Amino acid sequence: MKKFTKLTSAVVPLNIENIDTDQIIPARFLKATTREGFGENLFRDWRYNGDNTPKPEFVMNNPTYSGQVLVAGKNFGCGSSREHAAWAIQDAGFDAVISSFFADIFKGNALNNGLLPIQVSDDFLAQIFKAVENNAKSPLEVDLENQTVTIVETGAQESFEINPYKKSCLINGYDDIDFILAQKDLIEEFETP
Amino acid sequence: MMSKTLVEKIWDAHVVKSEEGFPDILYIDTHLIHEVTSPQAFDGLRKRGLPVFRPKQTVATADHNVPTLNQLQPIKEELSRYQVDMLTKNCAEFGIELYGLGHPFQGIVHVIGPELGITLPGKTMVCGDSHTSTHGAFGAIAFGIGTSQVEQVFATQCLLQSKPKTMKIEVNGTLEKGVGAKDIILYIIAQISAAGGTGYFIEYAGSAIESLSMEARMTICNMSIEMGARGGLIAPDQTTFDYIKGREFAPAGEEWNKALAYWKTLYSDADAKFDSVLTFNAEDIAPMITYGTNPGMGMGIQEHIPATNAQPEKEKLSYQKALDYMGFDDDASLIGKPVDYVFIGSCTNSRIEDLREVADFVKDKRKADNVTVWIVPGSKQVEQQAINEGLDKIFEAAGFQLREPGCSACLGMNEDKIPAGKYCVSTSNRNFEGRQGQNARTLLASPLTAAAAAVTGVITDVRELLTPLAP
Repeated sequence: MKKFTKLTSAVVPLNIENIDTDQIIPARFLKATTREGFGENLFRDWRYNGDNTPKPEFVMNNPTYSGQVLVAGKNFGCGSSREHAAWAIQDAGFDAVISSFFADIFKGNALNNGLLPIQVSDDFLAQIFKAVENNAKSPLEVDLENQTVTIVETGAQESFEINPYKKSCLINGYDDIDFILAQKDLIEEFETP
Repeated sequence: MMSKTLVEKIWDAHVVKSEEGFPDILYIDTHLIHEVTSPQAFDGLRKRGLPVFRPKQTVATADHNVPTLNQLQPIKEELSRYQVDMLTKNCAEFGIELYGLGHPFQGIVHVIGPELGITLPGKTMVCGDSHTSTHGAFGAIAFGIGTSQVEQVFATQCLLQSKPKTMKIEVNGTLEKGVGAKDIILYIIAQISAAGGTGYFIEYAGSAIESLSMEARMTICNMSIEMGARGGLIAPDQTTFDYIKGREFAPAGEEWNKALAYWKTLYSDADAKFDSVLTFNAEDIAPMITYGTNPGMGMGIQEHIPATNAQPEKEKLSYQKALDYMGFDDDASLIGKPVDYVFIGSCTNSRIEDLREVADFVKDKRKADNVTVWIVPGSKQVEQQAINEGLDKIFEAAGFQLREPGCSACLGMNEDKIPAGKYCVSTSNRNFEGRQGQNARTLLASPLTAAAAAVTGVITDVRELLTPLAP
């Protein structure tokens, strides 16, 4: 799994609420049997017209915006359990997603792939959108060790929560299977009536 | 002894290890898999050089990507065919039972588990599909997982999971004629929003829930995820036991007695503490329909679409975007609005009871000319039973097309898609943008409301078409 420690980057703002996993990656693109290549279809139907020409009004098609951090409205990732949503976001070059609220399964899927979901307050989310509105290149600093996110230009900072176990997984790049396999004796003991 | 909720009882009975600062290691009794979310997990096992730890506790079927016409012909679409073939190959390699196309047990994963007696009270069950919550109707802890977790369960038959918060939703009273389980759940979601259950496991209770059949309870639990909940469940009772008894893989003989004794302990203790409790009255629930692009945007069918201005300031933009997508205006009524497609199917409403209810309603009626109607049974067994009961003849006479089992038009992945701009009254679970096909417009409703739209060609309050009960 990809390691995550710290990053400073401009952000891609997507000020829409309830962005579901069918928007992130529509079902018709779930036919691949590997984890790679989903990035080109990230937000497919918002990003491209039916004839595959880019929709200029969509933020990812606007060269003004770029960066490793996606910032979106509340209840991000609701809907289906498709991990392809996390893979697509990561494959498109994002390392963190910020929202004021995440759907459970998406959040778990993101963490299991080294894509950091950062839940901030409504107020802090509004501050980020404001900062990007004033300066599209406004950088954001994400520090996983200290669990903080900072709007560099204003100095505004907020801490975020993360399960300590998942935090160490991200920092070290290891995953749950290694952890559970180390306890195989306990599992077999549990199975014995 | 400390009193516990039903979720806590089942959870605690499955904890392999609980350690401060770590999620619990939770033992999984049954793992259901399908073609879409499993290939990368099998690949992961190969890379790690691991077998499937407990292949006998894993059951596979092909449902998401399969055509619902001429199922025994090779799948036309190359990538779909490849994915379904890959499932066959993976199951053979790792020793997993597969109910693939052509098998009499094939069907939507959440329909076949219960009908085969695989889904049982007190079990922990997972599947790489968010509607795994369906199985909670039997008093099981059942929830959807991502592909990394599918690999985890393959490798260890366990999951690392933090214990969820618990919510009780009570629905008391008697439903009006024409109002069913789908209306109850669409009503609850409209009340608490598409995120209102996030972080919780929901237990549904109350007299209106207790009076429901197993099929109806599955419809309720199925849509728990549509309010963000990890899962939903209902305490097992005589209705549950009667449904399970005699099914293919259900316990029998002495095993049955032993199981039954345990199942009867599966309820929330009277003084158990829930983190949240909500109560609703069945009498307040009308036939429901959605008007927007998330399942929380639903209303009683006689109501008018809430105005954008009435929404909280920061939600206005998203709300307006949803109405624009649907082509609806503030304050509009949906009654009388023409529809193009009616889809009766999906893991929410494709069981025999749903098909019987629709057949009973459309008997001696015919669909409107402007509507295409697809009925997609949830499994080969449901399909066969419908034929045995002569429902196929009723559908044929009504101009409804009875297709073969699969997820079909619920998710715009297989060949069954709703064309751009068209309106579809659908018994499925999601009205997201593009869910049923690019730019398709979905209105979620019950099988009866869908059947009413099929017959009239417009959005209709089904209560007006039902014959009053004889005095």
